Amino acid sequence: MMWKIPEGGHSPLVFIKIPMFLCCGHLDFKHLTSTMDLMPLQASQPFDPSKYRYTGPNVQPRQLPNTRSQAPITTGTSVIGLQFDGGVMIAADKLGSYGSLARYQNIGRLMRVNDHVILGCTGDYADFQFLRDIIDQKMIDEECLDDGIVTRAPALHCWLTRVLYNRRSRFDPLWTTFVVGGLDDDGKPFLGFVDKLGTAYTAPQIVSGMGGHLATPLLREKMEGQPPLSEEAARELLIRCMTVCYYRDCRAFSKFQIATLKAGSIKIEDDLEVKGDWEVAHFSKEHA
Amino acid sequence: MSVQTMQPGARETAAGGPRQRYFYPYADNGGTVVAIAGDDFVVVASDTRLSSGYSIYTRDQKKTFQLSERTILGSTGCWCDVLTMTKVLRARMQMYRHEHNKAMSTGAVAQLLSTMLYHKRFFPYYVSNVLAGLDENGKGIVYHYDPVGHHDPGKCYTGGSGGALIQPLLDNQINYKNQENVTPEPLTVKKTVSIIKDVFTSACERDIYTGDAVAIQVITKDGITEELFPLRRD
Repeated sequence: MMWKIPEGGHSPLVFIKIPMFLCCGHLDFKHLTSTMDLMPLQASQPFDPSKYRYTGPNVQPRQLPNTRSQAPITTGTSVIGLQFDGGVMIAADKLGSYGSLARYQNIGRLMRVNDHVILGCTGDYADFQFLRDIIDQKMIDEECLDDGIVTRAPALHCWLTRVLYNRRSRFDPLWTTFVVGGLDDDGKPFLGFVDKLGTAYTAPQIVSGMGGHLATPLLREKMEGQPPLSEEAARELLIRCMTVCYYRDCRAFSKFQIATLKAGSIKIEDDLEVKGDWEVAHFSKEHA
Repeated sequence: MSVQTMQPGARETAAGGPRQRYFYPYADNGGTVVAIAGDDFVVVASDTRLSSGYSIYTRDQKKTFQLSERTILGSTGCWCDVLTMTKVLRARMQMYRHEHNKAMSTGAVAQLLSTMLYHKRFFPYYVSNVLAGLDENGKGIVYHYDPVGHHDPGKCYTGGSGGALIQPLLDNQINYKNQENVTPEPLTVKKTVSIIKDVFTSACERDIYTGDAVAIQVITKDGITEELFPLRRD
């Protein structure tokens, strides 16, 4: 893996080249964590680790503990995606949980990548923001290339799989699960899943997180063996799933977003809210 | 004080050092693969269920990968490793094709896969592989692999979560093990496909990770045909 920092000033965005090539033996980059702070920010050449090793007296190779994050901090819960006749629809609530604290109540976990791809993210929100910036930069680079080729959903899905697999293989995972939606090269709806290990698959309905247990049965019941849903039916089904997830997932929230992608248009509806039916509360003595 | 077991990524801490949790890089995504070789054909079959824990990811993911006109690989286990291993394998086969100006034979692919797997001996691809194809003489051959590259040619092999349920039955029916006074008959495609359907139907009764459907592919000198046979979805 090569980190290339563009010349001429601070750029918070870094271009990562992932060699998805031969399965080579582990190149050990562990010493980089301690010498990384010596690397000049505006390097015109790739970082050369051999120049930064301490060679003085009393050198003892210290077994530093692995300081990479092994647990997610601010997290998002389920993302629900489904295909309908002519497009895909993805929904996610707007909560960033800090453990059990419902800390950030207005964060967007859905992303419009370009005119052809939308995605939603479960898991660590910082890792999502990190990848979001990289993906945005990728789209800018692509536009600058101006060669008529655009990244479609299957391509981004594949790229994400490779990135996440490589990170897990270095024991430094991006603790995220992605639901990627769009139309494939033939114009047919595409919905893909990638998790933090790099496990990837495609399906007509995909739910990440806790909603996998709650919403998947509802989606499959309505969709398996049936003709493709219309957009209205899909939206209704999605809202029903978000409602059920809000009732039953402890880390869910009532405000959510829905992103809809059809040939030629992307719509992200914000400020939707699960109303819910709380009449049953009257049955309980405490809430009578 | 938190002495970790010998898992990759774990570190023993000195007394009072920072305590770490480690992250487990593998998952078991289930699935079963079976391959049976005949005199001039090979049948490869896999179920189409991809799982994680007690959840089903999808009912429509077959575990077989066509590598060439004559060779099919069936891989199950950790799905992220399966995807990466097959991607790298396909790339290596393309490189061979460009270098030698011919497609890789089944035996060559078998050896290549073995070295690829052993190359990751100290952080393995957690995958059960069954490689099936026609050799240079058009005869069917099946290879079975362990996660680090040991491989063995044979007539019929299974892999995956339901493999242990199916292999004994195939040993008896295909290799005539533990049978007395029986005249071995040459295998036909029809009989083999029928056996495959039966074994998968039985395996999916007892193995929760096997079910939904079987994708059966038959390789002959005329090409590869495919059939999808539904199974229980529970």
